[in-house]
Amino acid sequence: MSRTVSIALGLALVILVLALVPPISQALGERSFPSLVARIMIYAIAVASLNLILGYGGMVSFGHAAFFGIGNYVVGILYYHHAEGVPLWGIIPGTDQLLITLPAAVIVAGIAALAIGAMALRTGGVQFIMITLAFAQMLYFFFVSLQQYGGDDGMIIRKSNQLFGLNLRDKMVMYYVILVIMVLFFAALWRVVNSSFGAVLAGIRQNERRMTALGISTYRYKLYGFVLAGMGAGLAGGLMAVFLRFASPDTLHWTESGELMIMVLMGGVGTFFGPVLGAAAYLFLQTYLSAWTEHWQLVFGLILLVVVLGTRGGLSGLLSRLTRGRS
Amino acid sequence: MSSTILFVEGLVKRFSGLVATDDVTLDLRDGLIHALIGPNGAGKSTLINQLCGELAPDAGHITLMGRDITHMAAADRVPLGVGRTFQVPSLLDDFTVRENIGLAVQAHGGGNFRIWDRVAVRRAIWERADALLADSRLKERREAPVADLSHGERKQLELLIALAGEPKILLLDEPMAGLGPVESQEMVAFLLGLRGKVTILLVEHDMDAVFALADVISVLVYGRIILTGTPDEIRDSAEVREAYLGGEEESC
Repeated sequence: MSRTVSIALGLALVILVLALVPPISQALGERSFPSLVARIMIYAIAVASLNLILGYGGMVSFGHAAFFGIGNYVVGILYYHHAEGVPLWGIIPGTDQLLITLPAAVIVAGIAALAIGAMALRTGGVQFIMITLAFAQMLYFFFVSLQQYGGDDGMIIRKSNQLFGLNLRDKMVMYYVILVIMVLFFAALWRVVNSSFGAVLAGIRQNERRMTALGISTYRYKLYGFVLAGMGAGLAGGLMAVFLRFASPDTLHWTESGELMIMVLMGGVGTFFGPVLGAAAYLFLQTYLSAWTEHWQLVFGLILLVVVLGTRGGLSGLLSRLTRGRS
Repeated sequence: MSSTILFVEGLVKRFSGLVATDDVTLDLRDGLIHALIGPNGAGKSTLINQLCGELAPDAGHITLMGRDITHMAAADRVPLGVGRTFQVPSLLDDFTVRENIGLAVQAHGGGNFRIWDRVAVRRAIWERADALLADSRLKERREAPVADLSHGERKQLELLIALAGEPKILLLDEPMAGLGPVESQEMVAFLLGLRGKVTILLVEHDMDAVFALADVISVLVYGRIILTGTPDEIRDSAEVREAYLGGEEESC
Protein backbone atom coordinates (compact mmCIF):
# COMPACT_ATOMS: atom_id res chain seq x y z
CA MET A 1 0.00 0.00 0.00
CA SER A 2 2.75 2.44 0.97
CA ARG A 3 4.40 1.67 -2.36
CA THR A 4 1.27 2.77 -4.23
CA VAL A 5 1.18 5.97 -2.20
CA SER A 6 4.84 6.76 -2.84
CA ILE A 7 4.38 6.14 -6.58
CA ALA A 8 1.35 8.47 -6.61
CA LEU A 9 3.30 11.13 -4.72
CA GLY A 10 6.25 10.74 -7.07
CA LEU A 11 3.98 11.16 -10.09
CA ALA A 12 2.32 14.24 -8.62
CA LEU A 13 5.78 15.69 -8.01
CA VAL A 14 6.91 14.99 -11.59
CA ILE A 15 3.77 16.62 -13.01
CA LEU A 16 4.28 19.62 -10.71
CA VAL A 17 7.90 19.98 -11.83
CA LEU A 18 6.83 19.72 -15.48
CA ALA A 19 4.17 22.39 -14.86
CA LEU A 20 6.80 24.68 -13.32
CA VAL A 21 9.28 24.30 -16.18
CA PRO A 22 8.05 27.28 -18.28
CA PRO A 23 8.00 29.96 -15.53
CA ILE A 24 11.32 28.82 -14.06
CA SER A 25 13.07 28.65 -17.45
CA GLN A 26 11.77 32.10 -18.24
CA ALA A 27 13.10 33.43 -14.96
CA LEU A 28 16.48 31.89 -15.73
CA GLY A 29 16.43 33.19 -19.29
CA GLU A 30 16.50 29.65 -20.77
CA ARG A 31 13.89 30.46 -23.39
CA SER A 32 14.35 27.35 -25.52
CA PHE A 33 14.23 24.89 -22.65
CA PRO A 34 10.40 24.50 -22.44
CA SER A 35 10.31 23.67 -26.15
CA LEU A 36 12.81 20.87 -25.56
CA VAL A 37 10.71 19.50 -22.70
CA ALA A 38 7.57 19.78 -24.86
CA ARG A 39 9.25 17.71 -27.58
CA ILE A 40 10.29 15.17 -24.95
CA MET A 41 6.67 14.86 -23.80
CA ILE A 42 5.45 14.33 -27.37
CA TYR A 43 8.15 11.74 -28.04
CA ALA A 44 7.33 10.04 -24.75
CA ILE A 45 3.84 9.33 -26.12
CA ALA A 46 5.24 7.87 -29.36
CA VAL A 47 7.89 5.84 -27.53
CA ALA A 48 5.38 4.51 -24.99
CA SER A 49 3.10 3.40 -27.82
CA LEU A 50 6.00 1.54 -29.45
CA ASN A 51 6.86 0.07 -26.06
CA LEU A 52 3.31 -1.30 -25.79
CA ILE A 53 3.94 -3.68 -28.71
CA LEU A 54 7.72 -4.03 -28.40
CA GLY A 55 8.07 -4.23 -24.64
CA TYR A 56 4.72 -5.59 -23.48
CA GLY A 57 3.78 -7.55 -26.60
CA GLY A 58 7.17 -8.70 -27.87
CA MET A 59 6.57 -7.40 -31.42
CA VAL A 60 9.74 -5.72 -32.68
CA SER A 61 8.31 -3.19 -35.11
CA PHE A 62 10.89 -1.25 -37.07
CA GLY A 63 8.30 0.91 -38.81
CA HIS A 64 6.64 2.75 -35.98
CA ALA A 65 7.51 6.15 -37.46
CA ALA A 66 4.94 5.40 -40.19
CA PHE A 67 2.13 6.07 -37.73
CA PHE A 68 3.93 9.03 -36.18
CA GLY A 69 4.31 10.51 -39.66
CA ILE A 70 0.73 9.78 -40.66
CA GLY A 71 -0.50 11.65 -37.58
CA ASN A 72 1.83 14.47 -38.55
CA TYR A 73 0.46 14.68 -42.10
CA VAL A 74 -3.19 14.34 -41.09
CA VAL A 75 -2.91 17.59 -39.13
CA GLY A 76 -0.92 19.20 -41.94
CA ILE A 77 -3.26 18.12 -44.73
CA LEU A 78 -6.41 19.07 -42.80
CA TYR A 79 -4.92 22.53 -42.23
CA TYR A 80 -3.90 22.83 -45.90
CA HIS A 81 -7.46 22.18 -47.08
CA HIS A 82 -8.84 24.49 -44.42
CA ALA A 83 -6.55 27.30 -45.53
CA GLU A 84 -7.18 26.69 -49.26
CA GLY A 85 -10.91 26.30 -48.71
CA VAL A 86 -10.90 23.27 -51.04
CA PRO A 87 -12.16 19.99 -49.57
CA LEU A 88 -9.88 16.95 -49.76
CA TRP A 89 -11.02 14.76 -52.74
CA GLY A 90 -13.86 17.24 -53.03
CA ILE A 91 -15.67 15.81 -49.98
CA ILE A 92 -13.59 16.06 -46.79
CA PRO A 93 -13.44 19.67 -45.60
CA GLY A 94 -10.23 20.87 -43.94
CA THR A 95 -10.16 22.03 -40.36
CA ASP A 96 -7.90 23.69 -37.84
CA GLN A 97 -9.86 22.63 -34.76
CA LEU A 98 -7.54 20.68 -32.46
CA LEU A 99 -10.45 18.62 -31.14
CA ILE A 100 -11.00 17.34 -34.68
CA THR A 101 -7.48 17.24 -36.08
CA LEU A 102 -5.95 15.19 -33.25
CA PRO A 103 -8.69 12.53 -33.12
CA ALA A 104 -8.50 12.37 -36.94
CA ALA A 105 -4.74 11.79 -36.68
CA VAL A 106 -5.35 9.01 -34.15
CA ILE A 107 -8.03 7.32 -36.26
CA VAL A 108 -6.19 7.48 -39.58
CA ALA A 109 -3.01 6.15 -37.95
CA GLY A 110 -5.07 3.37 -36.39
CA ILE A 111 -6.55 2.39 -39.77
CA ALA A 112 -3.07 2.37 -41.31
CA ALA A 113 -1.84 0.18 -38.42
CA LEU A 114 -4.74 -2.20 -39.02
CA ALA A 115 -3.82 -2.58 -42.69
CA ILE A 116 -0.06 -2.87 -42.14
CA GLY A 117 -0.38 -5.04 -39.04
CA ALA A 118 -2.83 -7.42 -40.73
CA MET A 119 -0.14 -8.29 -43.25
CA ALA A 120 3.02 -7.92 -41.16
CA LEU A 121 1.75 -9.99 -38.20
CA ARG A 122 1.38 -13.03 -40.43
CA THR A 123 5.14 -13.24 -40.10
CA GLY A 124 7.37 -13.16 -37.06
CA GLY A 125 10.94 -12.54 -35.98
CA VAL A 126 13.28 -10.93 -38.49
CA GLN A 127 10.64 -11.04 -41.25
CA PHE A 128 8.30 -8.96 -39.11
CA ILE A 129 11.05 -6.38 -38.52
CA MET A 130 11.77 -6.13 -42.25
CA ILE A 131 8.13 -5.96 -43.34
CA THR A 132 7.24 -3.18 -40.89
CA LEU A 133 10.35 -1.33 -42.07
CA ALA A 134 9.35 -1.83 -45.72
CA PHE A 135 5.83 -0.49 -45.17
CA ALA A 136 7.15 2.57 -43.35
CA GLN A 137 9.60 3.31 -46.16
CA MET A 138 6.83 2.92 -48.74
CA LEU A 139 4.78 5.51 -46.88
CA TYR A 140 7.82 7.77 -46.63
CA PHE A 141 8.29 7.77 -50.41
CA PHE A 142 4.55 8.14 -50.90
CA PHE A 143 4.45 11.35 -48.88
CA VAL A 144 7.68 12.65 -50.47
CA SER A 145 6.00 12.26 -53.85
CA LEU A 146 2.98 14.39 -52.88
CA GLN A 147 4.03 17.72 -54.43
CA GLN A 148 0.74 19.32 -53.39
CA TYR A 149 1.79 18.87 -49.77
CA GLY A 150 5.34 20.11 -50.18
CA GLY A 151 7.07 16.95 -51.38
CA ASP A 152 10.31 16.36 -49.52
CA ASP A 153 10.24 19.88 -48.06
CA GLY A 154 7.18 19.11 -45.96
CA MET A 155 4.44 21.62 -45.36
CA ILE A 156 4.22 24.64 -43.10
CA ILE A 157 1.08 25.05 -41.01
CA ARG A 158 0.92 28.82 -41.14
CA LYS A 159 -1.79 29.39 -38.58
CA SER A 160 -1.94 27.39 -35.39
CA ASN A 161 -4.79 25.03 -34.53
CA GLN A 162 -7.76 26.28 -32.52
CA LEU A 163 -8.75 25.04 -29.08
CA PHE A 164 -11.32 26.83 -26.85
CA GLY A 165 -10.01 30.25 -27.94
CA LEU A 166 -6.56 29.48 -26.52
CA ASN A 167 -3.63 30.94 -28.36
CA LEU A 168 -1.72 27.82 -29.38
CA ARG A 169 0.80 29.98 -31.19
CA ASP A 170 2.04 30.90 -27.73
CA LYS A 171 4.61 28.20 -26.93
CA MET A 172 3.77 28.52 -23.24
CA VAL A 173 0.08 27.72 -23.81
CA MET A 174 0.99 24.91 -26.18
CA TYR A 175 3.34 23.50 -23.55
CA TYR A 176 0.49 23.06 -21.08
CA VAL A 177 -1.79 21.57 -23.74
CA ILE A 178 0.91 18.99 -24.48
CA LEU A 179 1.42 18.31 -20.77
CA VAL A 180 -2.30 17.66 -20.24
CA ILE A 181 -2.52 15.37 -23.29
CA MET A 182 0.55 13.43 -22.20
CA VAL A 183 -0.81 12.90 -18.68
CA LEU A 184 -4.15 11.73 -20.10
CA PHE A 185 -2.37 9.43 -22.55
CA PHE A 186 -0.29 7.76 -19.84
CA ALA A 187 -3.33 7.38 -17.60
CA ALA A 188 -5.11 5.59 -20.46
CA LEU A 189 -2.04 3.47 -21.19
CA TRP A 190 -1.89 2.49 -17.51
CA ARG A 191 -5.40 1.13 -17.83
CA VAL A 192 -4.55 -0.78 -20.99
CA VAL A 193 -1.47 -2.54 -19.61
CA ASN A 194 -3.34 -3.51 -16.43
CA SER A 195 -6.46 -4.65 -18.27
CA SER A 196 -7.55 -8.14 -19.27
CA PHE A 197 -6.14 -7.46 -22.72
CA GLY A 198 -2.88 -6.27 -21.16
CA ALA A 199 -2.53 -9.63 -19.38
CA VAL A 200 -3.11 -11.52 -22.64
CA LEU A 201 -0.56 -9.32 -24.43
CA ALA A 202 2.05 -9.96 -21.74
CA GLY A 203 1.30 -13.67 -22.02
CA ILE A 204 1.84 -13.60 -25.79
CA ARG A 205 5.22 -11.94 -25.32
CA GLN A 206 6.33 -14.66 -22.91
CA ASN A 207 5.07 -17.74 -24.72
CA GLU A 208 2.88 -17.67 -27.79
CA ARG A 209 2.54 -21.46 -27.90
CA ARG A 210 1.22 -21.49 -24.34
CA MET A 211 -1.33 -18.80 -25.16
CA THR A 212 -2.55 -20.81 -28.16
CA ALA A 213 -2.96 -23.81 -25.85
CA LEU A 214 -5.10 -21.57 -23.62
CA GLY A 215 -7.40 -20.96 -26.57
CA ILE A 216 -6.10 -17.52 -27.49
CA SER A 217 -5.87 -16.79 -31.24
CA THR A 218 -2.71 -14.79 -30.81
CA TYR A 219 -2.88 -13.11 -34.22
CA ARG A 220 -6.04 -11.16 -33.37
CA TYR A 221 -4.68 -9.96 -30.05
CA LYS A 222 -1.36 -8.93 -31.54
CA LEU A 223 -3.19 -7.02 -34.28
CA TYR A 224 -5.31 -5.25 -31.65
CA GLY A 225 -2.16 -4.22 -29.77
CA PHE A 226 -0.54 -3.11 -33.02
CA VAL A 227 -3.53 -0.87 -33.84
CA LEU A 228 -3.57 0.66 -30.35
CA ALA A 229 0.16 1.38 -30.65
CA GLY A 230 -0.34 2.93 -34.08
CA MET A 231 -3.05 5.18 -32.65
CA GLY A 232 -0.71 6.33 -29.87
CA ALA A 233 2.00 7.18 -32.39
CA GLY A 234 -0.59 8.99 -34.52
CA LEU A 235 -1.52 11.14 -31.51
CA ALA A 236 2.13 12.02 -30.95
CA GLY A 237 2.68 12.80 -34.63
CA GLY A 238 -0.41 15.00 -34.78
CA LEU A 239 0.65 16.82 -31.64
CA MET A 240 4.11 17.37 -33.08
CA ALA A 241 2.61 18.97 -36.19
CA VAL A 242 0.47 21.27 -34.05
CA PHE A 243 3.45 22.16 -31.86
CA LEU A 244 6.03 22.78 -34.62
CA ARG A 245 3.38 24.04 -37.09
CA PHE A 246 5.14 21.91 -39.63
CA ALA A 247 4.52 18.49 -41.16
CA SER A 248 7.58 16.78 -42.55
CA PRO A 249 8.31 13.53 -44.40
CA ASP A 250 11.30 13.15 -42.06
CA THR A 251 8.83 12.00 -39.40
CA LEU A 252 8.24 8.87 -41.55
CA HIS A 253 11.84 8.11 -42.36
CA TRP A 254 13.31 4.84 -41.11
CA THR A 255 15.86 6.72 -38.99
CA GLU A 256 12.89 8.07 -37.03
CA SER A 257 11.71 4.50 -36.38
CA GLY A 258 15.24 3.72 -35.24
CA GLU A 259 15.28 6.70 -32.88
CA LEU A 260 11.99 5.60 -31.31
CA MET A 261 13.46 2.14 -30.81
CA ILE A 262 16.64 3.54 -29.24
CA MET A 263 14.51 5.58 -26.83
CA VAL A 264 12.61 2.42 -25.83
CA LEU A 265 15.92 0.63 -25.24
CA MET A 266 17.44 3.49 -23.25
CA GLY A 267 14.41 3.89 -21.05
CA GLY A 268 13.90 0.18 -20.44
CA VAL A 269 11.98 -2.28 -22.61
CA GLY A 270 8.57 -3.19 -21.20
CA THR A 271 8.67 -0.71 -18.32
CA PHE A 272 5.84 1.77 -17.88
CA PHE A 273 7.80 5.01 -17.36
CA GLY A 274 10.88 3.91 -19.27
CA PRO A 275 9.71 5.65 -22.47
CA VAL A 276 9.60 9.02 -20.67
CA LEU A 277 13.13 8.54 -19.37
CA GLY A 278 14.31 7.24 -22.74
CA ALA A 279 12.82 10.17 -24.67
CA ALA A 280 14.25 12.64 -22.16
CA ALA A 281 17.73 11.11 -22.19
CA TYR A 282 17.81 10.91 -25.98
CA LEU A 283 16.64 14.45 -26.66
CA PHE A 284 18.75 16.00 -23.89
CA LEU A 285 21.86 14.24 -25.15
CA GLN A 286 21.05 15.11 -28.76
CA THR A 287 20.53 18.77 -27.91
CA TYR A 288 23.54 19.28 -25.67
CA LEU A 289 25.99 16.94 -27.38
CA SER A 290 25.25 18.40 -30.80
CA ALA A 291 25.87 21.88 -29.44
CA TRP A 292 29.26 20.63 -28.28
CA THR A 293 30.38 18.62 -31.29
CA GLU A 294 29.03 17.79 -34.71
CA HIS A 295 30.13 14.20 -34.16
CA TRP A 296 27.63 13.91 -31.34
CA GLN A 297 26.33 10.58 -32.58
CA LEU A 298 29.68 8.95 -31.83
CA VAL A 299 29.53 10.08 -28.21
CA PHE A 300 25.87 9.19 -28.07
CA GLY A 301 26.58 5.70 -29.35
CA LEU A 302 29.07 5.11 -26.57
CA ILE A 303 26.60 6.34 -23.94
CA LEU A 304 23.87 4.11 -25.40
CA LEU A 305 26.26 1.16 -25.22
CA VAL A 306 26.97 1.84 -21.56
CA VAL A 307 23.27 2.24 -20.72
CA VAL A 308 22.14 -0.88 -22.54
CA LEU A 309 25.00 -3.11 -21.41
CA GLY A 310 25.50 -1.64 -17.97
CA THR A 311 22.05 -1.08 -16.53
CA ARG A 312 20.05 -4.23 -17.24
CA GLY A 313 16.63 -2.83 -18.01
CA GLY A 314 17.64 0.64 -19.18
CA LEU A 315 17.35 3.85 -17.18
CA SER A 316 14.09 2.67 -15.65
CA GLY A 317 15.73 -0.49 -14.33
CA LEU A 318 18.66 1.53 -13.00
CA LEU A 319 16.31 3.95 -11.26
CA SER A 320 14.22 1.26 -9.60
CA ARG A 321 17.34 -0.52 -8.34
CA LEU A 322 18.72 2.73 -6.94
CA THR A 323 15.49 3.57 -5.12
CA ARG A 324 15.07 0.02 -3.83
CA GLY A 325 18.66 0.01 -2.55
CA ARG A 326 17.99 3.11 -0.49
CA SER A 327 14.78 2.04 1.24
CA MET B 1 -20.27 -48.35 -22.16
CA SER B 2 -20.09 -44.58 -21.89
CA SER B 3 -20.43 -42.31 -24.89
CA THR B 4 -17.62 -41.27 -27.22
CA ILE B 5 -16.04 -37.86 -26.56
CA LEU B 6 -13.26 -37.84 -29.12
CA PHE B 7 -13.23 -40.08 -32.16
CA VAL B 8 -10.17 -40.34 -34.36
CA GLU B 9 -10.63 -42.16 -37.63
CA GLY B 10 -8.01 -43.19 -40.18
CA LEU B 11 -5.59 -40.44 -39.22
CA VAL B 12 -2.47 -40.22 -41.38
CA LYS B 13 0.53 -37.89 -41.09
CA ARG B 14 3.59 -38.13 -43.33
CA PHE B 15 6.88 -36.31 -42.92
CA SER B 16 8.72 -36.48 -46.26
CA GLY B 17 8.38 -40.21 -46.74
CA LEU B 18 8.19 -41.20 -43.09
CA VAL B 19 4.70 -42.17 -42.02
CA ALA B 20 4.52 -40.83 -38.45
CA THR B 21 0.82 -41.53 -38.00
CA ASP B 22 -0.39 -44.52 -39.98
CA ASP B 23 -4.15 -44.95 -40.22
CA VAL B 24 -4.78 -44.39 -36.52
CA THR B 25 -8.27 -44.94 -35.17
CA LEU B 26 -9.02 -44.13 -31.53
CA ASP B 27 -12.27 -44.03 -29.58
CA LEU B 28 -11.97 -41.99 -26.37
CA ARG B 29 -14.95 -42.52 -24.10
CA ASP B 30 -16.44 -40.24 -21.50
CA GLY B 31 -14.66 -40.19 -18.16
CA LEU B 32 -12.11 -42.86 -18.98
CA ILE B 33 -8.35 -42.66 -18.85
CA HIS B 34 -7.05 -43.93 -22.16
CA ALA B 35 -3.31 -44.52 -22.21
CA LEU B 36 -1.24 -44.44 -25.35
CA ILE B 37 2.03 -46.30 -25.02
CA GLY B 38 4.76 -47.15 -27.46
CA PRO B 39 8.52 -47.08 -27.89
CA ASN B 40 10.41 -43.87 -28.64
CA GLY B 41 9.69 -42.56 -32.11
CA ALA B 42 6.36 -44.38 -32.33
CA GLY B 43 4.64 -41.08 -33.14
CA LYS B 44 2.87 -40.42 -29.84
CA SER B 45 3.68 -36.72 -29.67
CA THR B 46 2.90 -36.33 -33.37
CA LEU B 47 -0.52 -37.80 -32.71
CA ILE B 48 -1.17 -35.50 -29.72
CA ASN B 49 -0.10 -32.49 -31.78
CA GLN B 50 -2.64 -33.39 -34.45
CA LEU B 51 -5.40 -33.81 -31.88
CA CYS B 52 -4.72 -30.39 -30.35
CA GLY B 53 -4.32 -28.76 -33.76
CA GLU B 54 -0.64 -27.83 -33.87
CA LEU B 55 -0.12 -30.22 -36.78
CA ALA B 56 -2.51 -30.79 -39.68
CA PRO B 57 -3.10 -34.45 -40.61
CA ASP B 58 -2.77 -35.56 -44.24
CA ALA B 59 -5.83 -37.78 -44.08
CA GLY B 60 -8.53 -38.94 -41.69
CA HIS B 61 -10.95 -37.27 -39.33
CA ILE B 62 -11.02 -36.03 -35.75
CA THR B 63 -14.49 -35.72 -34.26
CA LEU B 64 -15.12 -34.03 -30.92
CA MET B 65 -18.56 -34.83 -29.50
CA GLY B 66 -19.99 -35.25 -32.99
CA ARG B 67 -18.28 -32.20 -34.44
CA ASP B 68 -15.56 -32.51 -37.07
CA ILE B 69 -12.53 -30.55 -35.83
CA THR B 70 -9.94 -32.07 -38.21
CA HIS B 71 -8.99 -28.74 -39.78
CA MET B 72 -9.86 -26.39 -36.94
CA ALA B 73 -7.11 -24.05 -35.65
CA ALA B 74 -5.50 -25.06 -32.35
CA ALA B 75 -6.79 -22.05 -30.42
CA ASP B 76 -10.36 -22.64 -31.61
CA ARG B 77 -10.42 -26.21 -30.27
CA VAL B 78 -9.72 -25.11 -26.71
CA PRO B 79 -13.10 -23.44 -26.05
CA LEU B 80 -14.77 -26.63 -27.37
CA GLY B 81 -13.07 -28.60 -24.61
CA VAL B 82 -9.68 -29.79 -25.86
CA GLY B 83 -7.04 -29.23 -23.17
CA ARG B 84 -3.43 -30.30 -23.25
CA THR B 85 -0.15 -30.34 -21.38
CA PHE B 86 3.29 -30.20 -22.92
CA GLN B 87 6.00 -32.80 -22.53
CA VAL B 88 8.48 -30.00 -21.82
CA PRO B 89 6.54 -27.54 -19.65
CA SER B 90 5.54 -24.46 -21.63
CA LEU B 91 4.65 -21.71 -19.17
CA LEU B 92 4.68 -17.94 -18.75
CA ASP B 93 8.01 -17.59 -16.96
CA ASP B 94 7.72 -13.91 -15.95
CA PHE B 95 4.39 -14.48 -14.21
CA THR B 96 3.82 -16.05 -10.81
CA VAL B 97 2.14 -19.43 -10.33
CA ARG B 98 -1.11 -17.69 -9.48
CA GLU B 99 -0.91 -15.34 -12.45
CA ASN B 100 -0.33 -18.28 -14.79
CA ILE B 101 -3.48 -19.97 -13.55
CA GLY B 102 -5.37 -16.67 -13.47
CA LEU B 103 -4.59 -15.99 -17.12
CA ALA B 104 -5.71 -19.52 -18.02
CA VAL B 105 -9.00 -18.95 -16.19
CA GLN B 106 -9.39 -15.58 -17.90
CA ALA B 107 -8.64 -16.99 -21.36
CA HIS B 108 -11.35 -19.58 -20.77
CA GLY B 109 -13.88 -17.17 -19.27
CA GLY B 110 -13.65 -14.49 -21.93
CA GLY B 111 -13.43 -10.70 -21.89
CA ASN B 112 -9.89 -10.94 -23.23
CA PHE B 113 -10.24 -7.92 -25.50
CA ARG B 114 -11.21 -5.56 -22.67
CA ILE B 115 -8.73 -2.71 -22.44
CA TRP B 116 -10.57 -0.63 -19.86
CA ASP B 117 -11.04 -3.03 -16.95
CA ARG B 118 -8.56 -4.02 -14.25
CA VAL B 119 -7.68 -7.68 -14.37
CA ALA B 120 -6.41 -7.57 -10.78
CA VAL B 121 -9.94 -6.92 -9.49
CA ARG B 122 -11.82 -9.49 -11.62
CA ARG B 123 -12.72 -11.50 -8.55
CA ALA B 124 -14.30 -14.47 -10.30
CA ILE B 125 -10.97 -15.16 -12.00
CA TRP B 126 -8.87 -15.09 -8.85
CA GLU B 127 -11.38 -17.06 -6.79
CA ARG B 128 -11.34 -19.80 -9.39
CA ALA B 129 -7.53 -19.69 -9.57
CA ASP B 130 -7.29 -20.00 -5.78
CA ALA B 131 -9.77 -22.88 -5.81
CA LEU B 132 -7.64 -24.74 -8.35
CA LEU B 133 -4.54 -24.07 -6.27
CA ALA B 134 -6.19 -25.16 -3.03
CA ASP B 135 -6.03 -28.84 -4.02
CA SER B 136 -2.39 -28.66 -4.99
CA ARG B 137 0.97 -28.61 -3.31
CA LEU B 138 1.71 -25.52 -5.40
CA LYS B 139 -0.48 -23.59 -2.97
CA GLU B 140 2.60 -22.64 -0.95
CA ARG B 141 4.39 -21.47 -4.08
CA ARG B 142 1.54 -19.37 -5.47
CA GLU B 143 3.43 -16.07 -5.46
CA ALA B 144 6.68 -17.57 -6.78
CA PRO B 145 7.74 -16.57 -10.29
CA VAL B 146 7.39 -19.58 -12.56
CA ALA B 147 11.03 -19.23 -13.62
CA ASP B 148 11.98 -20.27 -10.05
CA LEU B 149 9.94 -23.49 -10.00
CA SER B 150 11.46 -26.98 -10.00
CA HIS B 151 10.74 -29.31 -12.90
CA GLY B 152 8.19 -31.24 -10.87
CA GLU B 153 6.39 -28.07 -9.88
CA ARG B 154 6.29 -26.95 -13.49
CA LYS B 155 4.71 -30.26 -14.46
CA GLN B 156 2.03 -29.80 -11.79
CA LEU B 157 1.37 -26.25 -12.91
CA GLU B 158 0.95 -27.43 -16.52
CA LEU B 159 -1.82 -29.71 -15.35
CA LEU B 160 -3.57 -27.04 -13.24
CA ILE B 161 -3.45 -24.62 -16.18
CA ALA B 162 -5.02 -27.24 -18.45
CA LEU B 163 -7.75 -27.86 -15.87
CA ALA B 164 -8.46 -24.13 -15.63
CA GLY B 165 -9.90 -24.38 -19.15
CA GLU B 166 -12.49 -26.95 -17.95
CA PRO B 167 -11.61 -29.39 -20.73
CA LYS B 168 -13.84 -32.26 -21.85
CA ILE B 169 -10.81 -34.12 -23.09
CA LEU B 170 -7.35 -33.71 -21.64
CA LEU B 171 -4.32 -34.64 -23.75
CA LEU B 172 -1.43 -35.34 -21.38
CA ASP B 173 1.98 -35.64 -23.05
CA GLU B 174 4.17 -37.58 -20.61
CA PRO B 175 3.10 -35.93 -17.34
CA MET B 176 5.54 -38.10 -15.34
CA ALA B 177 8.61 -37.39 -17.52
CA GLY B 178 11.49 -36.19 -15.37
CA LEU B 179 9.63 -36.57 -12.09
CA GLY B 180 11.13 -38.27 -9.03
CA PRO B 181 9.39 -41.30 -7.48
CA VAL B 182 7.50 -39.25 -4.87
CA GLU B 183 6.39 -36.62 -7.38
CA SER B 184 5.33 -39.39 -9.75
CA GLN B 185 3.15 -40.96 -7.09
CA GLU B 186 1.56 -37.59 -6.31
CA MET B 187 0.85 -37.04 -9.99
CA VAL B 188 -0.74 -40.49 -10.26
CA ALA B 189 -2.91 -39.77 -7.21
CA PHE B 190 -3.93 -36.42 -8.68
CA LEU B 191 -4.84 -37.96 -12.04
CA LEU B 192 -6.81 -40.74 -10.33
CA GLY B 193 -8.85 -37.97 -8.73
CA LEU B 194 -9.77 -36.77 -12.21
CA ARG B 195 -11.06 -40.16 -13.37
CA GLY B 196 -14.72 -39.93 -14.22
CA LYS B 197 -14.65 -36.11 -14.27
CA VAL B 198 -12.66 -35.58 -17.42
CA THR B 199 -11.68 -37.83 -20.30
CA ILE B 200 -7.93 -38.26 -20.51
CA LEU B 201 -5.61 -39.38 -23.28
CA LEU B 202 -2.41 -40.23 -21.44
CA VAL B 203 0.86 -40.59 -23.31
CA GLU B 204 3.36 -42.02 -20.87
CA HIS B 205 6.55 -44.07 -20.62
CA ASP B 206 6.24 -44.89 -16.93
CA MET B 207 4.53 -48.30 -17.08
CA ASP B 208 3.74 -48.39 -13.37
CA ALA B 209 1.80 -45.16 -13.78
CA VAL B 210 0.09 -46.38 -16.93
CA PHE B 211 -1.09 -49.63 -15.37
CA ALA B 212 -2.16 -47.80 -12.20
CA LEU B 213 -4.23 -45.26 -14.12
CA ALA B 214 -5.47 -46.55 -17.44
CA ASP B 215 -8.92 -47.95 -18.13
CA VAL B 216 -7.96 -48.61 -21.73
CA ILE B 217 -4.54 -48.87 -23.34
CA SER B 218 -3.57 -48.49 -26.98
CA VAL B 219 -0.15 -49.53 -28.20
CA LEU B 220 1.43 -47.43 -30.93
CA VAL B 221 4.36 -48.83 -32.89
CA TYR B 222 5.83 -47.07 -35.94
CA GLY B 223 2.74 -44.88 -36.20
CA ARG B 224 0.30 -47.80 -36.15
CA ILE B 225 -1.95 -48.88 -33.34
CA ILE B 226 -1.21 -52.59 -32.99
CA LEU B 227 -3.59 -53.26 -30.14
CA THR B 228 -6.20 -51.57 -27.96
CA GLY B 229 -7.50 -53.27 -24.83
CA THR B 230 -7.76 -53.35 -21.06
CA PRO B 231 -4.55 -53.28 -19.01
CA ASP B 232 -4.80 -57.04 -18.48
CA GLU B 233 -5.20 -57.74 -22.18
CA ILE B 234 -2.18 -55.57 -22.96
CA ARG B 235 -0.09 -57.27 -20.30
CA ASP B 236 -0.93 -60.68 -21.65
CA SER B 237 -0.43 -59.89 -25.31
CA ALA B 238 2.58 -61.59 -26.82
CA GLU B 239 2.52 -59.14 -29.71
CA VAL B 240 2.88 -56.14 -27.39
CA ARG B 241 5.70 -57.77 -25.47
CA GLU B 242 7.53 -58.47 -28.67
CA ALA B 243 7.15 -54.99 -30.07
CA TYR B 244 7.34 -52.86 -27.02
CA LEU B 245 8.05 -54.50 -23.72
CA GLY B 246 10.88 -56.41 -25.35
CA GLY B 247 9.77 -59.73 -23.92
CA GLU B 248 11.02 -58.79 -20.46
CA GLU B 249 9.01 -59.63 -17.40
CA GLU B 250 9.80 -56.49 -15.39
CA SER B 251 6.63 -54.59 -16.18
CA CYS B 252 4.29 -57.33 -15.11
